[in-house]
Amino acid sequence: MKPLVSIVDLHVSFPGPVHAVRGISFDILPGERVALVGESGSGKSVTARTLVGLAGPTASVRVQRLVVDGHDTRDFTERHWRRLRGRGAGLVLQDALVSLDPLRTVGREIGEVLRTHDIGERRARPTRVTELLDAVHVPEPALRAKQYPHQLSGGLRQRALIASAIAADPPLLIADEPTTALDVTVQAQILRLLAERDGALLLVSHDLSVVSQLADRVLVMHDGRIVEQGPTARVLTAPEHRYTRTLLAAVPTAASRGKRLSTVERLPLPPRVVDTADVVLRADGVHKRFGTRHAVNDVSFTLARGETLGVVGESGSGKTTLARIALALTEPDGGTVRLGDVPWSGVRERLRRPHRRRIQSVAQDPLSSFDPRYTVEKIVGEPLPDADRRGRVVELLERVGLGVTFLRRRPRDLSGGQRQRVAIARALGPRPDVLVCDEPVSALDVSIQAQILDLLAEIQAADGTALLFISHDLGVVHHLADRVLVMKDGRVIERGPASRVLTSPTHEYTRELVAAVAR
Amino acid sequence: MTVVLPRPSTVDLRVRATPGTVAAVLVLGLVAVAVVAPSLIAGDDPLAADPLHTLDPPDTAHWFGTDQLGRDVFTRVVHGARYSLSIGVAATALSVAVGGLLGLVAGLSPRPVDGLLSRAFDVLSAFPEVLLALLFIALTAPGAPSLVLAIALSFAPRYGRIVRAQTMVVRRSGYVEQARTFGLSGVRLAGRHILPNVLGPLPVLATIGLGSAVVNAAALSFLGMGPQPPSPEWGAMLSESRNYLRVAWWTAVLPGATLTVTVVALTAVGRRLQRRFEGRRA
Repeated sequence: MKPLVSIVDLHVSFPGPVHAVRGISFDILPGERVALVGESGSGKSVTARTLVGLAGPTASVRVQRLVVDGHDTRDFTERHWRRLRGRGAGLVLQDALVSLDPLRTVGREIGEVLRTHDIGERRARPTRVTELLDAVHVPEPALRAKQYPHQLSGGLRQRALIASAIAADPPLLIADEPTTALDVTVQAQILRLLAERDGALLLVSHDLSVVSQLADRVLVMHDGRIVEQGPTARVLTAPEHRYTRTLLAAVPTAASRGKRLSTVERLPLPPRVVDTADVVLRADGVHKRFGTRHAVNDVSFTLARGETLGVVGESGSGKTTLARIALALTEPDGGTVRLGDVPWSGVRERLRRPHRRRIQSVAQDPLSSFDPRYTVEKIVGEPLPDADRRGRVVELLERVGLGVTFLRRRPRDLSGGQRQRVAIARALGPRPDVLVCDEPVSALDVSIQAQILDLLAEIQAADGTALLFISHDLGVVHHLADRVLVMKDGRVIERGPASRVLTSPTHEYTRELVAAVAR
Repeated sequence: MTVVLPRPSTVDLRVRATPGTVAAVLVLGLVAVAVVAPSLIAGDDPLAADPLHTLDPPDTAHWFGTDQLGRDVFTRVVHGARYSLSIGVAATALSVAVGGLLGLVAGLSPRPVDGLLSRAFDVLSAFPEVLLALLFIALTAPGAPSLVLAIALSFAPRYGRIVRAQTMVVRRSGYVEQARTFGLSGVRLAGRHILPNVLGPLPVLATIGLGSAVVNAAALSFLGMGPQPPSPEWGAMLSESRNYLRVAWWTAVLPGATLTVTVVALTAVGRRLQRRFEGRRA
């Protein structure tokens, strides 16, 4: 069979010089589903974009052979590319909100593809648009076609974007992280939709579970090169290259509980002690309303010394509000919170202040939690007493795997993983009983995530810190948590030991969540 | 996953000196000398009249020509820098101080106080700046001190609003919340995080605002609200030369050009500083 896409020795570099892609070759057969897997900066997105001539104005592309849908694209002009895009290859990007024109209805956006490629009778096009929206399972397609992107939910937007990408029925669909911004249940629906299509698919993703559900063949990219390729089942179960093995070992799952993620061998983590008699944080019937919406509705939990309580749920389920209530940054409307033996809600800030050091937090985006004028030394030193501050800062930095050389650095010059380590070092400074982690690894690559999760486990084992760990990632929670709260619309709908809740859930919604990430 | 977007070759946030910036800095240097020690540039007396050489066009003896009383226009322009600039600087400093303080109070106060101050800013900004200043001078007496107060009053809402908005942003920022979890008191939060991050951009904004303050000072002087003749204030000079515009263009055009060049240079340098500052924060 003649390949649909054929690439030989592709190099893409940007001024700097940044060599994003360093000589890769691969084919995609008609109808084949190929996944391009790798971490940020591996060159996978650039490769996908180069296929449709969107590498960017400053990119310099060198290639021996680049055939897409029977066209040799090496001397393509922008006009040729425009004809190819949509017709030869459709592109679906991560964030549909920025990919769709905010000033045009979804119907017009999709209709434009038909118009551009002169498909069908002009009068038949609105009907065709409705059919396309129906084909991507948008409910009430005729009504939705008249709406603007901001009126649609994330999942519907992504469907509309897919509809526009397949409108001209291209033999190849390129999907660049098509489900990354979506909640797991919505993600599962989009994946099912992509799986329904017959044409070839080039899926770009960092998420191995997404890849395993969709792809026939996997190409693993690292540093601009393809380090391993083969059938999905083989690559994901019996990886040959060291990098692929590290990548797979880093994925947190039920099987990785108590093991290190950042080592291929998955060495055991130090054992930790949970003292269930010593409750360090307790919430009883906590309520918080914003306007008429119940952000948190009658939530109770206890957290024991050395324990990890995972809170899972989709966006808008009230997880973050719960974290803020635990940190006493948001005052609950009802119910009580106690920090150890101290009343923590409904009291004056002056009474809370002396105890605040006992509960610290690590946020998803550490950069915004750092004063922009501060160096690493000042950030980590801020919650510490004056005596021997520098000594303590150095000690804390070393604990999180950063050296003295970081003292003078500024956070914006650090990588995401390093910033998160600085945030953890700062949170450890006051020797807290409780560490509230709100999606602390969600913005990180899987290998960096593995290091941070290992670090948190080590700290917990050494200090007996209790973790209130908030995440939308069931794998991470399953790896880490002793007990789990599942939240939906502000309520706790299921609770219990992680091993029970995440393997044999009783609530229908939890079952849906778990099924959505089943691999 | 983000796409590797092309980045500038170096992430160098220091501002490279463009010819325009260099020229602007040179102009401001000259103006600064004229303010501090005008005699270094023009040694003569700006008030010395020479009845034999009235309304002489520019030549080598009188670079900017002479006015209706035979006074050297160049000398007057150089000595006048002191009036125009110091009024602008004083008014800007005062308006930044007053507006900034009120903005900070508004940004940190509970809603009723914030509402009151914000409405006051709104009402004051509803008047054109010159009109407001004119009103103020009409109620007091013309002269440099009331000119400074008038311009400061008309510019204060501008700074007040900026500082209020910035205070709100900083107050709700992640790092201020984080510092709260360390058990810092409100006063220490304000002193350690809020004030420095709010006030940081102010000097830069003040530099940009300085240009308009100088223009407004000249405009009000032109209307006779500032330093009185024979003071060589730029606006006053323009006012005096109005009657001779047809016969002696230099008496109006050259002081006017000096004013324009100065204000453009101030604004250019201010913008440059602003860009540099924003680059550092981003």
